Amino acid sequence: MANWAMPPLAIAGANVELRLGDTMVTALPEGALWIGEAKTLIVSDVHFEKASAFALKGQMLPPYDSHAALMKLTDLMLRLSPDIIVSLGDSFHDGGGPQRMDARDRGLLRVLMSRCDWIWVEGNHDGRAAETLGGAVRDVLHIGSIVFRHEPTEAAAAGEIAGHLHPCAKVGGRGRSVRRRCFATDGTRLVMPAFGAFTGGLNVCDDAYARIFPDGLVALVLGKERVLPAPMERLLGD
Amino acid sequence: MDARVPILPEPFAGWFASRGWSPRAHQLELIRRGQAGLSTLLIAPTGAGKTLAGFLPSLIELAPLADQGARRPHKLHTLYISPLKALTTDVARNLEIPAQEMKLGVRIETRTGDTPSHKRQRQRAHPPDILLTTPEQLCLLIASEHARIFFEDLQAIIIDEIHALAPTKRGDLLALAMARLARWAPMHRRVGLSATVADEEGLVRWLRGSEPSPLAGEGREGGASAGLAKKGANTPTPDPSPQGGGEIVVNAPPGAQPVIDVLDSDARIPWAGHTARHAMPEVYAAIQRAKLALVFVNTRAQAEMTFQELWRVNEDALPIALHHGSLDVAQRRKVEAAMAAGQLRAVVCTSTLDLGIDWGDVDLVIQIGAPKGCSRLVQRIGRANHRLDEPSRALLAPSNRFEVLECRCAQEAVMDGELDGEQRRIGGLDCLAQHIMGCACGEPFDAEQLYEEVASTAPYADLTRDQFDRAIDLVATGGYALRAYDRYRRIVQDPHTDLWRARNASVAQQHRMNVGAIIESEMLDVRLAYNVGARPRPGTPKRDGARPMIAGRRLGQIEEWFVEGLTPGDTFVFAGQILRVIAQRESDALVVPAAGAENPSVPSYAGGKFPLSTFLADRVRHMLHEPKKQKKLPPQVREWIKLQKRRSIVPAPDEMLIETFPRGNRHYLVAYPFDGRLAQQTLGMLITRRLERAGKNPLGFLASEYAMAVWGLEPMGDLDLNALFDEDMLGDDLEAWLAESTLMKSTFSKCAVIAGMINRKLPGAEKKTGRQVTFSADLIYDVLKQYEPDHLLMQAAFADAGEGYLDIRRVGALLRRVKGRLVHRDLPHVSPFAAPVMLEMGRVGIKGEAEEAILADAAALIEEAMS
Repeated sequence: MANWAMPPLAIAGANVELRLGDTMVTALPEGALWIGEAKTLIVSDVHFEKASAFALKGQMLPPYDSHAALMKLTDLMLRLSPDIIVSLGDSFHDGGGPQRMDARDRGLLRVLMSRCDWIWVEGNHDGRAAETLGGAVRDVLHIGSIVFRHEPTEAAAAGEIAGHLHPCAKVGGRGRSVRRRCFATDGTRLVMPAFGAFTGGLNVCDDAYARIFPDGLVALVLGKERVLPAPMERLLGD
Repeated sequence: MDARVPILPEPFAGWFASRGWSPRAHQLELIRRGQAGLSTLLIAPTGAGKTLAGFLPSLIELAPLADQGARRPHKLHTLYISPLKALTTDVARNLEIPAQEMKLGVRIETRTGDTPSHKRQRQRAHPPDILLTTPEQLCLLIASEHARIFFEDLQAIIIDEIHALAPTKRGDLLALAMARLARWAPMHRRVGLSATVADEEGLVRWLRGSEPSPLAGEGREGGASAGLAKKGANTPTPDPSPQGGGEIVVNAPPGAQPVIDVLDSDARIPWAGHTARHAMPEVYAAIQRAKLALVFVNTRAQAEMTFQELWRVNEDALPIALHHGSLDVAQRRKVEAAMAAGQLRAVVCTSTLDLGIDWGDVDLVIQIGAPKGCSRLVQRIGRANHRLDEPSRALLAPSNRFEVLECRCAQEAVMDGELDGEQRRIGGLDCLAQHIMGCACGEPFDAEQLYEEVASTAPYADLTRDQFDRAIDLVATGGYALRAYDRYRRIVQDPHTDLWRARNASVAQQHRMNVGAIIESEMLDVRLAYNVGARPRPGTPKRDGARPMIAGRRLGQIEEWFVEGLTPGDTFVFAGQILRVIAQRESDALVVPAAGAENPSVPSYAGGKFPLSTFLADRVRHMLHEPKKQKKLPPQVREWIKLQKRRSIVPAPDEMLIETFPRGNRHYLVAYPFDGRLAQQTLGMLITRRLERAGKNPLGFLASEYAMAVWGLEPMGDLDLNALFDEDMLGDDLEAWLAESTLMKSTFSKCAVIAGMINRKLPGAEKKTGRQVTFSADLIYDVLKQYEPDHLLMQAAFADAGEGYLDIRRVGALLRRVKGRLVHRDLPHVSPFAAPVMLEMGRVGIKGEAEEAILADAAALIEEAMS
């Protein structure tokens, strides 16, 4: 095993639970995070309307990405009945996203927003774009001992949950490799995977993560039906 | 020569005479046909002056024009298309020689990806008389403004190595491009050149297309083609080909019969494997006796291995070189130059040297492993001895016992003058989409007219108007049922003229940067590393300052997935040497030499695996059953077949043998369709699914070139084999499996790139492909499968996967062939025929849906550590 202390993880069915400070958080295979004690569901980097942003420039990606993300969110909400939903930045792919979203998806989003307190954390892509849709907009959010912000702080920041980097892990074995989205954590802080249907990812072996997790990290990889922790030894660079 | 043959005009006649040559009959025939404006498919053996025959009519037409001097107008007269960039340069050089010796003053230029932009611009404004280029460059020209003006004077198109282009996606694009040229330059004639054609009729159809192209049928009345047709009607046609290729095929007399030997190795012939290591001393001895030998192998991995093995026995230190597609271009050029200069004695090569460039005085062709098809063998043998009257010499070195049979069959087939039938292609919808976009970027088009044009090409002859309209919609808006992108159309229709054109300059520019149908898999540059400090601990995320090495000289390129399977410290064979991986950095794999390292891995590249041709497979099945034909086989192989007869059975050619037997604590089922690895892999996958449903708990399957094995924990002897091998497995089973497979995802991704849904290159981001794409084609596939599973590109991907990667057509033919002709033997133990496939087990991993399993493996480590 690695020469640093493995953060205490608990595999609980399809999910992985870990404690950040005194808060227990649950990583879900859909790529969302659940804080049971605060009944809060967190998603990050949804990048609504990414496909239409590309279509605008001539690459006609399937126009179903917003809908796919909304359906995934709907399922999660039905299952967990959250009081609060946090969208941790880059909720839209760009500032024009809310205007491009079609009536059906916008309607679905409204329904979801009416069911709970909805908090948009500002991202670098969308700024305050989501403001027009209602809900609260914050640049930083505190819930208990946890700090939520879109871009992870480069210095030590215990208790921080961030997004922005779209972490992906490449796991080798059996003569090939699998590249999937993942949560990245060292047991004190956590970076969320991108929730959007088409969002690509940055390999956790990239230098960007070394600045955030100087002592190494564990990837909680999104499998088809469960979250699978992968130790550093099994991770490959791109 | 009879009276209808024109006398070769001056200065051509003089030039031939000055060289002591007389023009060959087929060269004269092509001149005559050229003068009559007739299209021709010329089939001539290597060394028969085929290329010159193609160009002579053009040179003769151009000669009087060229007399007008340098100030004469610039008009494109002849377009030459070759599948290889290198071939265009080579042919241009060879063409310059007679042109200069006869002082023709003809303007001959090439245009490839390497042509600098100022020259491209000059060519656009002032076209040469003869332009030599590739299909991709032609697509680019068509997608440029004023393309019509550039092409409207065109008199001739020459397609070299037509057999290698026509049945591919590049062939689809080329056929479509030629249909466009037929509209702009209706008088042009087409000449297809090839040395090996089995399906003449198919190639003829591909070459000239059909209605409403003016080139359709000679003798067709009306329209711009009338003049051409009349000329045609007045001229006697050459001998119609018996195969039904029609009156446009000209067959040059074949050269001397090649002399082909199958290596009768004294060494023990292995049961399985593909290295032919046992034969290397004898292969080396053959090289020693030859001036210059080309040693052909079927994969780049075999090339590396063969090269290593030959040098191991190279006591005389003969100059033996290596040539394959992954090597750095500079390295390949060096080998080619050394060949041409007569400095080499042998070159180990893959299909990179299959096609028509002459690099030297090759007097022996050695094929390591079975050739897998007669046409390829003939093509390769043609590389030796480019003089028609002397026989080419070839030596086949089978690498295992089944391959001995295959080599014998190939030898007989070549002697009988038989070739494999080529498969005709149905044009890809992704290529059609690319063409539509290309047309819109050039001259605005009318949908009705373009449809007629497209349907006039052979690959798209069966395209319906509805499919065509869907393809237009795919280009314009992505073709989605949810009409989300009607506002963002890439091509728009003029409200007054109804003509379609690209929406703006930027989408046109994007298209031009992404033309073509060649999608390389992600490649890494293999570079020597320098100043290597302490080796980083495997798996450690890279840190700032922890990069002690510098990327040095580039050795070549290698598929990314291969490097991913290695950990730093692992060794592999590349470019003829053993290398150790130090690190992977961005698009580089950093390596250091590791001569003498034990058991380096050999990259098994994705490309270059040829399936056994149906034709050759059929011959092997016959040979097995007919003792008469086995007389020439080496004794060890005859003994092996005899033993099989005693222990099990040797099936009749129309039967398929199935053996079941226990071994260890497992039960095996082995079937022998002799239909090639690809088809049998698909069969194995489908049979495994079926056994799963029957509760037989299969554990895995494996396909070799000749047989397919499935194994499990339960006896297989009592299975209803007729039901198990029923054709209906190609229905739902296949579809369900395919939809989930990674194969389908990668196929889809290629289609999406060709169709222009995903751009490989974006303006301002010139560097690498794929890597900077900020979304993943896999995710797009997942979403599209969920929301619009019958999208046009999903259909295109399904067709490609079935055709190219799974050989479903062949599986279907196989199942039909053996229906009611299954012969089953339930044996106490493994049979002589089954032994080879059993030996391959363990070497080849089962490519299934192991992704989740890989993740679970990794997770298990953690669970273990935490428990």
